[in-house]
Amino acid sequence: MSEARAFKHIGQRTIRPDGFDKVTGKANYGADLALPGMIWGAILRSPHAHANIRSINTERAEASSDVLAIATFQDFPSVNDAASAAGTLRKDLIDTAQNILAQDKVLYHGHAVAAVAARTEAAAEAALALIDVDYEVLSPVLSIDAAIAEDAPLLHPQLKTEGLVEPADSPSNIAARMELKKGDIAKGFAEADVIIERSYDTPTVHQGYIEPHATVVNFDHNAPSMIWCPTQGHFDVRARIAQLMNMELGQLKVVASEIGGGFGGKTTVYLEPVALILSKKAGRPVKMVMNREDVFRASGPASASQSTIKLGAKMDGTITAMQATLHYEAGAFKGSPMGPGCMTVFTPYDVEHMYVEGFDVVVNKPKVAAYRAPGAPQSEFAAEMAVNELAAKIGIDPIDLRLKNAAREGTQTIYGPKLKVVGLEACLKAAQQSEHYQSPIADGVGRGLSAGFWFNIGGQSSVIINLNPDGTGSIIEGSPDIGGSRASMQMMAAEVLGIAPGKLNPIVADTEHVAYNQTTGGSRTTFATGMAVIEAAESVVSQLKERAAALWNVTTEQVDFVDGVALNLAGEDSLTLAQICAAAEKTGGQISGTANINARGAGPSFAVHLCDIKVDPETGKTDVVRYTAIQDAGKAIHPSYVEGQFQGGAVQGIGWALNEEYVYNESGVMENAGFLDYRIPLASDLPAIETIIVEVPNSFHPFGVRGVGETGIVPPLAAVGTAVADAIQKPVSSLPCSPPKVLELIMAES
Amino acid sequence: MVALTYHAPTTLDEAVSLLSNATLPAKVMSGGTDLIIQMQRMIDSERLIVDVKKIPELTTASLSAEGLTLGPALCCSKFTRRDDIKQRFPGLVEAAYLIGSTQVQGRASIGGNLCNASPAADTIPALIANNAICRIHGAGGERRIAVEKFVTGVGQNCLEEGELLASIEIPAPAVRTKDAYLRFIPRTEMDIAVAGAAVSVTLDEQGTCIAARVAIGAVAPTALLVPAAAEALVGSRLEDGALAKASAAVSEAASPITDRRGTADFRRHVVGVLTKRAAKIAAERAGEGE
Repeated sequence: MSEARAFKHIGQRTIRPDGFDKVTGKANYGADLALPGMIWGAILRSPHAHANIRSINTERAEASSDVLAIATFQDFPSVNDAASAAGTLRKDLIDTAQNILAQDKVLYHGHAVAAVAARTEAAAEAALALIDVDYEVLSPVLSIDAAIAEDAPLLHPQLKTEGLVEPADSPSNIAARMELKKGDIAKGFAEADVIIERSYDTPTVHQGYIEPHATVVNFDHNAPSMIWCPTQGHFDVRARIAQLMNMELGQLKVVASEIGGGFGGKTTVYLEPVALILSKKAGRPVKMVMNREDVFRASGPASASQSTIKLGAKMDGTITAMQATLHYEAGAFKGSPMGPGCMTVFTPYDVEHMYVEGFDVVVNKPKVAAYRAPGAPQSEFAAEMAVNELAAKIGIDPIDLRLKNAAREGTQTIYGPKLKVVGLEACLKAAQQSEHYQSPIADGVGRGLSAGFWFNIGGQSSVIINLNPDGTGSIIEGSPDIGGSRASMQMMAAEVLGIAPGKLNPIVADTEHVAYNQTTGGSRTTFATGMAVIEAAESVVSQLKERAAALWNVTTEQVDFVDGVALNLAGEDSLTLAQICAAAEKTGGQISGTANINARGAGPSFAVHLCDIKVDPETGKTDVVRYTAIQDAGKAIHPSYVEGQFQGGAVQGIGWALNEEYVYNESGVMENAGFLDYRIPLASDLPAIETIIVEVPNSFHPFGVRGVGETGIVPPLAAVGTAVADAIQKPVSSLPCSPPKVLELIMAES
Repeated sequence: MVALTYHAPTTLDEAVSLLSNATLPAKVMSGGTDLIIQMQRMIDSERLIVDVKKIPELTTASLSAEGLTLGPALCCSKFTRRDDIKQRFPGLVEAAYLIGSTQVQGRASIGGNLCNASPAADTIPALIANNAICRIHGAGGERRIAVEKFVTGVGQNCLEEGELLASIEIPAPAVRTKDAYLRFIPRTEMDIAVAGAAVSVTLDEQGTCIAARVAIGAVAPTALLVPAAAEALVGSRLEDGALAKASAAVSEAASPITDRRGTADFRRHVVGVLTKRAAKIAAERAGEGE
């Protein structure tokens, strides 16, 4: 990958093709579809955070003329009593099914218990009162400490900890343990002149996507049943529903609507399988829409965490040992992002001796879902806070300390591979040289910084590029566009084909019209689907050359293709792409290119964030006065959207650090299930987030792309935490830094 | 779900008649920014709504030598644009400006904010600090009551069935009198007060405080007038000592709760900080003259 490569379209700030429809309200989101004969589904949710279900009695609902269908756990053919009796039970699906509709226990307040369908939304809501559920209320387990206590009530009486050195013999709320090692941690601490050990915690937070979950499902006996929903991965929605319902993939067609934010939270299913059951029973299309309260109470938030970090270093700033113990709340069912949390915690550092232990803990809260770099913000917050404290203790600039120990090409990660070329040092140097870092710090203001790492992934993508007889065309892909990816796809195809991006219409096709695509997640789309677009476009180019060769009666080797024009190397002739398309009828029919790939070589993206915060010493109120996000994009295809990803990640991370948290009462009821009291940052709360795009190309991508979507949420927690600590001259160990907590720190005796 | 019977009378008497003769549970609607949301949770099957926005005198504000006569249904966006009122009662206008969002301001009114009687209502402390009186119209005639007595509990006011808040009257302040209102929220807007404080001070020519009223919000079931805080200011030139005394007095008077918006300790402390800061702002304004 040569940095000198000149691009015509890549790196421009084109107008996004989906923008007009979105700002004018024409775009169709999850709740916007209505079908003839459509009815409404509603969900009965648990009023208890933890209870056994003695019985669910649907007799009164069944007798009601308003009720057209009822769904309970027993309607999942893959996991119900019949499947169990027949020995065909799919054990791996039980948790998913039980989260969608509870079986014999409710495990969080708002847990779905049953569903009904009726002619109107109001009738469906009203009919929920006709379902009688007999609960035996149990004590809720609402924190990691409570869950791992000796006498803690058990969420799952059969659950035994996986990954222990000696297999567990008794059940526990700890679902799994993970251990990662590198070198000899005891030796590392023995070599240290300075050792610090600190504990940190972070709250349960929600992705806060503006669009609630919604779906319209039309079951069909004779054709694929249609599922319309906002999702980051309609192919994976199809797979999950097929498993739950014992259907073939070909019996389902999932259409991804426009999506109003996902951030990882729309990578799972909640309403869709229920609506399918209801639609099948009622013989009508069924629509279901969550309200904001449902979204907070019953869709997956991000794990609360508790972390202990121990660091050893020499007085010259060489870090000799890094150790972490990490606990993640999984919510009601196992499966927190404890794994990636353990893997990422120390990746920005090239240190010989490391030891990380992680625990996945179930509690009576909604089952967590992915949230932008899942697991990394929690663990890296703890690590980066401790590294900043270490820098202060040794008396070395925190960027210098990081540069001295920075992960670079060849660094052995704790989780396996050695790093390829990465941009951490470039980001640290860009941060150090930035006007922000060089600027003096005003009175009453604190400054913090943090590095951040996320792996990024590649995976399977499929793309078709069709050209029309006039040289326009379409890019048919299957990656839901959550961050401007249609614009990026246009630009990458346009770069290869040598035509204006606007000549190509990017389409996110349903599961029937393009081959399998992995979910939009892991910051994979611009990298992997982009690679498929480039490959499909290259296939088109080779066909264009063949067609031109046929028209000129020369060999393909005698044709070059430059900037959208075929050149006859044997003569003076040239043909534009549009001219070749116009003549396609004569050369074998129309032209299209396809690519089905499993992309390898996703490049990690490192970031460094700088944050200045003013704290009101009398109220503890924080005010972010300046913020800069510096991140390695490999190559920014569309710089505005790359900056937008940096800024969006930064803002979500700042919210996580400052005011966002699930507030529970002692019964396990979330008390702030709405945007009034679940305080995400408002536009007026924050300054413009400054950005510096660093470009250290990823050699595995034709244009050098690295995923950029997730890393940006990793550094803000420690950048903010450190800035607050600096402003108040007190250590910060617990997020969020909400005014009551900050004031308590300020007023505490030193 | 509520079935509504809706009336929009054009005179005060007509409104009072509708309310007095109501056979359904009746609610007076001004902007509806609280009421419409509350109706989604109401268990009544039928309800009478009397919309008072069509009554001219309820949606006008007039400022004279006697003071301000405020139509309770005047929307905040119109109220806050009145420079003449802002010049006289800057704190009250600031409080009105804090209600909801720009969109909500086009509907929400000070009378609605007062009658809804939320403990965290922003305009109630500002009205109390300004000595505001409620003029109540009923079938039997009119009565007047101070704002601090109008609100009787969380979401409760002293209106009897068939009565309507006809106007809010603020007597003309003495020379060198100004007010200020501050609230605490963790963000910058679109939030509900965690604590609020309104202060009105009157200075003499030398800058000594000769009269004051201090009212606090969101730290008790109703907004509170705190005479002890006012007494701490009177006779001072708002030096740190007097401010600290006023601050301590409001913290003492407060009986806050811990909820999702803040802890009791935090509210008790912050209401003192806000009082001190609001007193300083009010005094600066009073010193600047008319």
